[in-house]
Amino acid sequence: MRTLRWFLGAVVLLGVILMVILDPLDSVFYPATHRHMELVGRAVSILIISALLLLYRIMRGPTPADRTVAIDIFGVLVVGLCALLGVASGRSWYIDIGIAWALQSFIGTLALAKFLEGRRLDD
Amino acid sequence: MIDALALVFIAAGLAFDVLGCLGMVRLPDVYNRLQASTKCVTLGTCSILFGCFLMTGFSAGGFKLLLCIAFILLVSPVAAHAISRGAHRAGIPLWKGSVVDMYAKDREGEA
Repeated sequence: MRTLRWFLGAVVLLGVILMVILDPLDSVFYPATHRHMELVGRAVSILIISALLLLYRIMRGPTPADRTVAIDIFGVLVVGLCALLGVASGRSWYIDIGIAWALQSFIGTLALAKFLEGRRLDD
Repeated sequence: MIDALALVFIAAGLAFDVLGCLGMVRLPDVYNRLQASTKCVTLGTCSILFGCFLMTGFSAGGFKLLLCIAFILLVSPVAAHAISRGAHRAGIPLWKGSVVDMYAKDREGEA
């Protein structure tokens, strides 16, 4: 079990390093609308690394409250990711995805907190 | 000039985000993790959104970014407070090095 866990972590870390070095996201941003496009694309990979730290906490968290906190923070992080993608690719509908994600994440977090407290949804 | 300012805002936001997520991994307790990560990631994401607003300017996308900043600043403390209250009521223990627990004292006074 421990070796499996270490193997999974090594695969994820290798994937992140390959993604930062080779940068396959460049092929996604085909219309070059902004001259800081490449720099903002690198910023996206930094946000993905911090999201992987959160996924470690979701996987490993000893109590359900840890997982709930990590999911809440993940939702806030994805909003920034969508904004950066929208600026880098020059399409403003990425920000709509961010707004919708923030709304859904807030409602989901409140529901999870209510279940943590031991109450039902119609309480 | 404005682009350089926007890049400074985005870099500060990225630093806050990474440090908040590092606190999420490193700290020993639910309440410590929540206190580190919620504030850091909220401020970092708002800084990133403001940098993107400076890059896009006053267009439709820029006003969506400002709306998103207002929504996150309004909503994220509410979610953090709900989680911490639920965790304390669910009986999740504090870290053994914690000094004071005022909420448990208040609830003893209620009961």
